[in-house]
Amino acid sequence: MHERLDQWHFVWAAVGIGVIGTLAMVGWSLFAMIRAERRRDAVRRK
Amino acid sequence: MHGLANPARFLRLARWLLPVTLVPGLVLSLGALAWGLALAPPDHLMGVTVKILFIHVPCVWLGMAGWSTIAMASLAELVWRHPLAGVAARAAAVPGAVFTALGLITGSIWGRPTWGTWWVWDGRLTSFLILLFLYFGYIALADAAQRDAAGGGSAGRIPAIFGLVGAINIPIINRSVVWWNSLHQPASLTLGKSAIDGTYLWPLLIAALGFSLIFGAVVLARMRMLLAQVQTEARLRRKALG
Repeated sequence: MHERLDQWHFVWAAVGIGVIGTLAMVGWSLFAMIRAERRRDAVRRK
Repeated sequence: MHGLANPARFLRLARWLLPVTLVPGLVLSLGALAWGLALAPPDHLMGVTVKILFIHVPCVWLGMAGWSTIAMASLAELVWRHPLAGVAARAAAVPGAVFTALGLITGSIWGRPTWGTWWVWDGRLTSFLILLFLYFGYIALADAAQRDAAGGGSAGRIPAIFGLVGAINIPIINRSVVWWNSLHQPASLTLGKSAIDGTYLWPLLIAALGFSLIFGAVVLARMRMLLAQVQTEARLRRKALG
């Protein structure tokens, strides 16, 4: 008996993981940058 | 290059450059993926899984480009003592590691329907997995060196030396499909030559350009973050001393 694979499932999985991973990295980097710059500005004002 | 050695001047440029690279990067990469998914025809051997090309190849290129950035910045740090080179190398490590991991995952997903297996321990896949471990080692070393430098230590050059030594793996990854038998196909795209049909080549090149711009934007954001952390540390230390 042969297993029949729907190739589109693999395409959507690869593209989904690639796009979500990239967007998560962008969001995390921007958030970390904003938080670090706010902390620096707060320390300067004190 | 030394014009950018002044952090204040660099930060002014980075504030302007970040949206200029990020927004076109997102538009180009998402547009090229949509183009590839909707319009690129199925391949006569691989079927529709050929569309994984448009996400897998840019991730793999940027995984290797990330370490090349670390190596070049490490060289600039060791030879010319450029003050921002170490920051640039550290900033490239996380996006490089993320793209390497995404290249491995998307490649594994592509391997299952085309090779019949998720993973094989051949030269290309193994050397690329080693690249991911090198990134983990570099990130841990760079964090330890930053803590050491904050405490007045002198371990700052160790990550740069590791970055240069680790670059040996880049040509090994590139030539692995030539040197060893592999399930992975040889390079379809080299400088000036392409074995890929135009229907696949153009969305691939646009996706690669888009993801490269995103990579650049993330490096800039992480450089701003690292510089802000250094400035905060310095200010707090000055206050504590007097």
